[in-house]
Amino acid sequence: MAVKTLFNYDVYASAPEKKYALYMMMLGFAALALGTFFGPFQAMNYGGLDLYPLLKPVFQNYYQGLTLHGVLNAIVFTQLFAQTIMVYLPARELGLRPNMTLAWVSFWMALGGLLLAAVPLLLNEASVLYTFYAPLQAHWAFYLGAAIFVLSSYLSIYLVLDMWARWRKANPGKITPLATFMAVTFWLMWFLASLGLVVEALFLIAWSFGWIAGVDPLLMRTLFWYTGHPIVYFWLLPAYTLAYLTLPRLAGGKLVSDPLARLVFLLFLLFSVPVGFHHQFADPGIAPYWKMIHTVLTMMVAVPSLITAFTIAASLEVAGRANGGKGLLGWIGALPWNNPTVLAFLLGFLAFIPGGAGGMVNASFNLNQNVHNTVWIPGHFHLQVGTLVTMAAMGTAFWLIPHLTGKPLVARGMAVASQWLWFLGMFIMTFALHWMGFLYAIPRRAHISGSPIAMEAYKESAAWMALNIVSGVILFIAAFLFFYVIFATALQNRREPGQVLAEVPFTEAISKPQGSRLAQLTERVWFWFGIAVVLVVLAYGPVLFQMFSNMNPVPGQRLW
Amino acid sequence: MEHQEYIIERYERAWIFFGLAMITVFIILVGYLMLTMGNTNPVGAGRIDATKVRIEGDFANPRVEQVGNEYVAYVQAFAFGYLPAEMRFKVGRKVTFYITSPDVQHSFHVHNTNINVQVIPGEIAKVSYTFTRPGEYPIICNEYCGIGHANMINKLIVEP
Repeated sequence: MAVKTLFNYDVYASAPEKKYALYMMMLGFAALALGTFFGPFQAMNYGGLDLYPLLKPVFQNYYQGLTLHGVLNAIVFTQLFAQTIMVYLPARELGLRPNMTLAWVSFWMALGGLLLAAVPLLLNEASVLYTFYAPLQAHWAFYLGAAIFVLSSYLSIYLVLDMWARWRKANPGKITPLATFMAVTFWLMWFLASLGLVVEALFLIAWSFGWIAGVDPLLMRTLFWYTGHPIVYFWLLPAYTLAYLTLPRLAGGKLVSDPLARLVFLLFLLFSVPVGFHHQFADPGIAPYWKMIHTVLTMMVAVPSLITAFTIAASLEVAGRANGGKGLLGWIGALPWNNPTVLAFLLGFLAFIPGGAGGMVNASFNLNQNVHNTVWIPGHFHLQVGTLVTMAAMGTAFWLIPHLTGKPLVARGMAVASQWLWFLGMFIMTFALHWMGFLYAIPRRAHISGSPIAMEAYKESAAWMALNIVSGVILFIAAFLFFYVIFATALQNRREPGQVLAEVPFTEAISKPQGSRLAQLTERVWFWFGIAVVLVVLAYGPVLFQMFSNMNPVPGQRLW
Repeated sequence: MEHQEYIIERYERAWIFFGLAMITVFIILVGYLMLTMGNTNPVGAGRIDATKVRIEGDFANPRVEQVGNEYVAYVQAFAFGYLPAEMRFKVGRKVTFYITSPDVQHSFHVHNTNINVQVIPGEIAKVSYTFTRPGEYPIICNEYCGIGHANMINKLIVEP
């Protein structure tokens, strides 16, 4: 035992940030494993097959399982992965060590908050779903735990800004390296975006303790969506960061343009936040012209994703041709499809294209009426966060866990299979959900398989429902394979540093930032942050002022 | 390599221009269609004390009223159903729904129409629609409201 402890000590002594990154990431994957466990139960529900009785007496009902699925996958896993990637990558790029004391404080805060929130979640005292819309009222421990968990990300913001400041002091006048630029803009965006959730949490905590009798449901919704849309970019940008920085290199090529990548992150900093009303198109109490302004701003935030599609595709083409691919499309076949990391990104981006097109529909004020709160919506975001974001994380884990631990990847074939199956399962499921929502108005987040009334009302969509069952089976197998691979890799005793990537595979850029006017412009990060604040004040200020000065509180209810 | 870089930059610019043009067209279309094609986007029609919805005011007496050639409906969406329990309208006449909730959030989604309203306690939502085909239209709650959410389905009848 003493020998083993000493050995472990040696492994991380020269790079304690590796241990931090490993713990953050594995905690995230543990949360994802439990959250994903409920996924097939949800898919079966939309196939008319109610498997929730099998989970009794541990889990009480569909809505408890759905709350765990949403909270663990979309809040916990995504944030922990961001706290891993968007701290570790800049640290490696700059060759600096983050403040390790604060890094560990952020880890323990995240874990403590998670455990506190987990108690009511597991006891069915907080089955309020991922959106926790008031006046449905959860146990106070849920709100408090979630708040502590989210606040741990503020330490990550500090860690990165601190490293950036130290680097700038040592390198005056130089252009910030790309990974660091991405991390800085990303964390500043999240700081601005998270304020809505933080203010909402203050109300909900006071309300759940009984200090205030009621909260205004419309104000809570508005604060939730203030954070609730930009949070999707908070999930997405670590995936983009990895796609820009590591994917071209892993595929055997180069990034075509460094300055354009900076422009993309700058546009996300500017346009991510003032868009939340597109989740509230169907709400009374917000004037239509405000909703139209948010339609325009939401469309604007499609631009950086369109640029990303171009840059990543062009960089992959460079890689495919470097690998010997010929002709118009021959470079596609010449990409290393047998590399599980590259495969995960390629399939993820493939799913992202119809997902993005569907997002344009959701953002359109008028079209939204046909799909609002139908299963079209989970169909949409399972292409985005469920496929690209999750697959980017899964694919990255295949090299990052070996890199951090020195333990080589086990069962590479299973890793490749897990990605194909995940993609296939998600594609079938989201295809079915889109049609079921659009054609048959089947509501999202409804325990239809447990309701004869609902099954009778939606019987016309039986053929689409069958696809959900198929997808649930495929995704269950995919998840099993993936979690086996990563936990077997991380928990094995074999360390063979010679067989793993010693360095983060940072990609070289063809078009460099030095001498680029665009790169010079984007370098003024605080100026652009100020513009982002002004945009938010303009797009939200008058409406929020009105709502805060005319609150209409409603008492809490527990109806599950 | 330099030549290749130049070509890529040209395509880049063309693609960004295409993207901007596309979203401009979309925004114009959204605005134009909403102004001209009959707008069924719900709007606010005042606020209400959610705890008193059941005991005073228009919503304490959920009903369909005929006003001249049009209808006005006062609808309660509650956990887990809708009042009035049955609504009937003649085809081709404008119906204005006022909807609110006495308890938690719900929705009022009429299948095969563009009516899809978020029902928020404390807020009164208003939406107008003219049914052009007779038949039965399911009303579906698509906002999670508690354990009976999936059962919260009703229908309205449009008579010839």
